Amino acid sequence: MTDTKTLPTATRLNRAAGATANWADERTSIGAFTKFLARKIFPDHWSFMLGEVALYSFIVLLLSGVILTAFFVPSMDFVHYEGEFAQLKGVEMSKAFESTIHMSFEVPGGLLMRQIHHWAALIFTAAIVTHMARVFFTGAFRKPREINWLIGFTLMILSLAAGFTGYSLPDDVLSGNGLRIIDGVIRSIPILGSYISYWLFGGEFPGEALIPRMFTAHILLIPALILSLIAVHLFLVFLQKHTQYPGPGRTDKNVVGLPLFPVYTAKAGGFFFVVFGVIALLGALFQINPVWNYGPYDPSPVSAGTQPDWYMLFIDGGLRIMPGQVEVVLWGYTLSLNILIPAVIMPGLFFGFLALYPWIESWATGDRGERHVLDRPRNAPVRTGIGVALITFYVVLVLEGSNDIVANLFRLSINDLTILFRIAVFALPVLAFWVTKRIAMGLQRKDRELVLHGHETGRIVRFDNGEYIEVHEPLSDEERWMLVSYQNLKPRELAPEHNEHGVRRKGYRWDRFKAALSRFYYEDRVEPVTPAELHEAHEHHKAEIEGMAARSEAHSAARADAAADKAPADA
Amino acid sequence: MRRLSLTRYHRAAPLVLLFVLLAGITTAASFVQSTPASATAEASADDISEGSKLFAANCATCHGLDAQGTEGVAPSLIGVGAAAVDFQVGTGRMPMQASGPQAIAKTVQFNQDQIDQLAAYVASLAPGPAVPDADAVDPALGNAANGMALFRTNCAMCHGSVGGGGALTQGKYAPSLWATTPTHIYEAMLVGPQSMPVFNNANITPEDKRDIIAYLDEQRNGAPGGAALGAIGPVAEGLWAWILGMGIIVGFTVWIGVRSS
Ligand code: HEC
Ligand code: HEC
Ligand code: HEM
Repeated sequence: MTDTKTLPTATRLNRAAGATANWADERTSIGAFTKFLARKIFPDHWSFMLGEVALYSFIVLLLSGVILTAFFVPSMDFVHYEGEFAQLKGVEMSKAFESTIHMSFEVPGGLLMRQIHHWAALIFTAAIVTHMARVFFTGAFRKPREINWLIGFTLMILSLAAGFTGYSLPDDVLSGNGLRIIDGVIRSIPILGSYISYWLFGGEFPGEALIPRMFTAHILLIPALILSLIAVHLFLVFLQKHTQYPGPGRTDKNVVGLPLFPVYTAKAGGFFFVVFGVIALLGALFQINPVWNYGPYDPSPVSAGTQPDWYMLFIDGGLRIMPGQVEVVLWGYTLSLNILIPAVIMPGLFFGFLALYPWIESWATGDRGERHVLDRPRNAPVRTGIGVALITFYVVLVLEGSNDIVANLFRLSINDLTILFRIAVFALPVLAFWVTKRIAMGLQRKDRELVLHGHETGRIVRFDNGEYIEVHEPLSDEERWMLVSYQNLKPRELAPEHNEHGVRRKGYRWDRFKAALSRFYYEDRVEPVTPAELHEAHEHHKAEIEGMAARSEAHSAARADAAADKAPADA
Repeated sequence: MRRLSLTRYHRAAPLVLLFVLLAGITTAASFVQSTPASATAEASADDISEGSKLFAANCATCHGLDAQGTEGVAPSLIGVGAAAVDFQVGTGRMPMQASGPQAIAKTVQFNQDQIDQLAAYVASLAPGPAVPDADAVDPALGNAANGMALFRTNCAMCHGSVGGGGALTQGKYAPSLWATTPTHIYEAMLVGPQSMPVFNNANITPEDKRDIIAYLDEQRNGAPGGAALGAIGPVAEGLWAWILGMGIIVGFTVWIGVRSS
């Protein structure tokens, strides 16, 4: 690969950087590596900063989490609260809950740290999902980045685990309800369920082992995994170089952008404080997870508005949307399909599809090459449609998970809403797919028109003979590059079932599946403009204008003649 | 105190339109018309006859001339007691207007004297729960911690953990309790309006009722930690994290992206 660099002019900053590098190099011979890093070219686009948002909110999580760990007591032993908060005076609670309340009301800055930590968790997961969507819609997961997609996927799952274990630590009614649901979900797994549940909770739910266990997972195991996977993830981004959007001079063989140092380091450093600042502002202004309102855990009460944090809400939605009648009893064993399907099988399929997506698409394309130039989402209509359909599915489940709140807010019947969502969860994703695909192809056609005929300028020219044409301005080379340089994938050809000896070919079925998949992806497509077409369009325009001009000239000549004819008579 | 907490909520609602919008969405559910609390005076024969007239003019069309009820229209009020009338009329539910999933709390149509007269009339028909006196509903005399425990086991499944309200089946809902007067809270438990169960004095003692009132009153002193976002839990928090948090951050990425290229 060749790096195309735009070197910044020498500034004092650059000189300072040089001196620093020198200093370090003379002592550690780290120079070569630093130079490699500093000269690393990074392409520029706002959407490439979404991964950074995830990274920075994770750092905020680590920083605030360390402070919380100093005050949190991961124990389910009982105490009576004797602190300042009137609403809980004398109430019996676990030490975990008591220490959370103590931290909130008696440790200076404790509540702020709790709120920052929790808001950071919501932003972290939201940033991961947004980043993942960026990678998906631009096709950044294609070869050679499938592995990094999988690592990213694992990070996403780990972030859910981190969020859920953290959410459950304070041992309040709300999180206890959540754990109870998870316990129920685990138990719905045939045969193994109850064993897993016993093993996890150290006996019957809720037991006394869970909080300490989750604490270890939450502050040690999961963060360590996330941290090391982030390291690998970023290392791979460096190693494989970052992808770039299509543009002049950008190919699958180069990277066009700015060097990491000083441009990106400065930008990234500043951006960290933006992310930190927004999270701190949320933490300072808005209450989050007010556990003192929920009270210490007790298995009996469940309040209205009992929901998990947003990233688990779709599973709650699945449970709420599922008709309860599908629980079956087989030979004396209860098979809770009403829980198993929405809370185990559905997320399993959903996440499984996401994890495998790079391979699914590569079966359809049959493309073996490395792809370092991103797709504009419109140029991959089926992929974009699938992405929007998945998001629609997810959002419907999130809404169903909030059905009581939606019903209460808009004064609707919760029963009607659930029926509506039962239909929507199947119908809307299909509709969203279809509409998105149409829109994407419409945009592609518009691009084609633009390339062939140029921009409308709004300038109307009237020729002498009364004919009007609108002047079209041809595209600049940069614009045209952007619009025509995309991969024009066609459905795969299917080799015949039998070879020349009439023997059925091995692997035919698999090929047939891939061919069908490929047709689904690439049957409908808008071809990019070819140079020949472009040339022809230009000739046509020229001819049109010249023709008109000629006609117009003839017309004015005729008029002039007529005038000349008349002239003598006038004289 | 209630005024204060409402205005404080609004002051915390920030500058940007988006904030206002979100705050609007999350608080929309919490506005309920309220009336000043009052203790009952002894009912006089005068009150009863005045009440009877008011009843004939405003309530009899549905509840019948002698409050015996009309089949399929409205229930009998014989034995419901003064507390039921004070609650139903004092919160604006009665006289009932639109037919819907449940009686809506509209603007109160009578002054407290008239309500007392109506209550006296209905109470004169047969004994029933009386309107509680001022001490019985004074939050300062209650124990909020005990109230919280009771509220959590008896009320939170419908009204939410701090009384923010919640949905019930078929379009019914448990309203927000943040603007309800202590007397009406007490009466609601005593008479169990519409879909709400009755919590009689054997079930929740008068002292316990006062503790619950004290707990609900605590909620009006402002939320520790900042704006409560409607106190409806993680859904509102998630919405704000996405719209506000991610909104600002993604806005910044776009801004930086434009600035640098
Ligand atoms: C439009 C018809 C209508 C009018 C007018 C009306 N009510 Fe009602 N009232 C109802 C209905 C219907 C119910 C039962 C509501 C329910 O259970 O959902 C009811 C219930 C009540 C109850 C509660 C009964 C109980 O069992 O606790 C009281 C008290 C009451 N009304 C008093 C009044 C008074 C006092 C007036 C006049 C100011 C009045 N109502 C006017 C229809 C009416
Ligand atoms: C089964 C659900 C349910 C439970 C449990 C419940 N309520 Fe209610 N509550 C309701 C409903 C529904 C209404 C509205 C009644 C109507 O107007 O139709 C209501 C109304 C009220 C009101 C009147 C609010 C206003 O301003 O109009 C108060 C006060 C109240 N409840 C207090 C309580 C208390 C205190 C408890 C616990 C001891 C409790 N409720 C338990 C469902 C419930
Ligand atoms: C802890 C969570 C994560 C962090 C901190 C993180 C961080 C980053 C960063 C900083 C980049 C480079 C800048 C960018 O393209 O945004 C990146 C690239 C990438 N990420 Fe992530 N990421 C995370 C999760 C994910 C997830 C969930 C996926 C998808 C399943 C994913 C897939 C990728 C891929 C494929 C690239 C390469 C993109 C390219 O070269 O265009 N990451 N990640």
